[in-house]
Amino acid sequence: MKVPEKHVSAATFEELAMPLFDQLYNFARWLTQDTAEAEDLVQETYTKALRGFSSFQAGTNFRAWMYRILRNSFLSSRTGLKTMVAIDGETEESLLPAERTTPESILIEQLDRAMMQQALEELPVPSREILLLCEVEEMSYQEIAETLAIPLGTVMSRLFRARKALRDLLRKQADGGRDGV
Amino acid sequence: MGCEQWRGKLDAYVDGELDLAEARVLAEHVRTCAACAAEALERVQMKRAVQTAGKRYVASAELRDRIAKSVTPKPARRAWHWQILAAPALVLLILSVATNFYMGRENARRQRVYSELADLHVAALASAAPVDVVSTDRHTVKPWFQGKIPFTFNLPELQGSEFTLLGGRVTYFAQTPGAHLIYQIRKHEISVFIFQDRAFEGRGEAAASLPAGVAHALSFNVENWTQDGLRYFVVGDVGTGDIQALSKLLQDAR
Repeated sequence: MKVPEKHVSAATFEELAMPLFDQLYNFARWLTQDTAEAEDLVQETYTKALRGFSSFQAGTNFRAWMYRILRNSFLSSRTGLKTMVAIDGETEESLLPAERTTPESILIEQLDRAMMQQALEELPVPSREILLLCEVEEMSYQEIAETLAIPLGTVMSRLFRARKALRDLLRKQADGGRDGV
Repeated sequence: MGCEQWRGKLDAYVDGELDLAEARVLAEHVRTCAACAAEALERVQMKRAVQTAGKRYVASAELRDRIAKSVTPKPARRAWHWQILAAPALVLLILSVATNFYMGRENARRQRVYSELADLHVAALASAAPVDVVSTDRHTVKPWFQGKIPFTFNLPELQGSEFTLLGGRVTYFAQTPGAHLIYQIRKHEISVFIFQDRAFEGRGEAAASLPAGVAHALSFNVENWTQDGLRYFVVGDVGTGDIQALSKLLQDAR
């Protein structure tokens, strides 16, 4: 018996999409900083993705597609509109590292998880999301470019900028902690 | 190639984004240059630290089930004759499962509303500036909210009671702006949240059906009621009596 096409695509969607559930939720929760909003966002993402699955091009990156839907839904949400500030001067950003006197291995060795989480929370959303995509989701630059719908060069400059901002925050935290003792 | 040129490529190197030939040359350089090696190490450590810290949130089993169910294809139709026999039993089964599910879900939702409010309460008290308008005077606090939230409310006269008003801030619940007031009694802080009641309708938050009376959530006592189209929540770690006393004052405020 020939199974109707609709059922085939739904089964495939479930098989492709459900394994991404945990990481999509983690990402949504980081973006929204709120449990209920993250839950709504993930639900919305799956609903939209299932509805739009017929337009999904086989052979393109499904994970990037799902993340893009989640992120676009977030951007059009109330919180998203507020948090997503434009990044200016992005393309002119030099890729040369900032001048530093010593490497920061010592700083990072002392780093505990809570400090890092706090610093990530404090980062502006564009920096936070690109770091999560790169380090936690272990996406390639190409995948990140697809997810965020930005050119490859912008991925690199935004990532560079995000890492610098994170270092600055951590350094500030470390200095603050030392002063407090 | 000097170190400076390599430094710009270290990020791409540790991200595994350099092409093979370039990566090989850089690896060779790192082996002989202590400064670049230290830089590369620092980047790897940073990546790991972000990765560990970033894997942080776990979704509830309830959400997973709900979503899994919503994307599961309906099973194709089989022979139908046994379904006729099984239909009455199935109806009963579905009814009882649905009732249980509904009750369980209501309960879970209620807990979620309460624990979210408890979070707001704790987060405000833990912050360096718990309130944005600092005043014990209700005639200062109330007008401060004008234009910041889409409704107005009355605050009680506290003279003769043990409560003191510390101030207020704008807060959000389910993406809806509301007022968050902080009162003090014997060194305990109590949060009062006020939202528009209709903000909860159709949001599936089930707040509309929260039972009256003081409830317990995460060791906090929570009272809630609706008055003049507004939904009030009183949250604190004080005893039921104090929560009720403050609620009474708010209900009688003119």
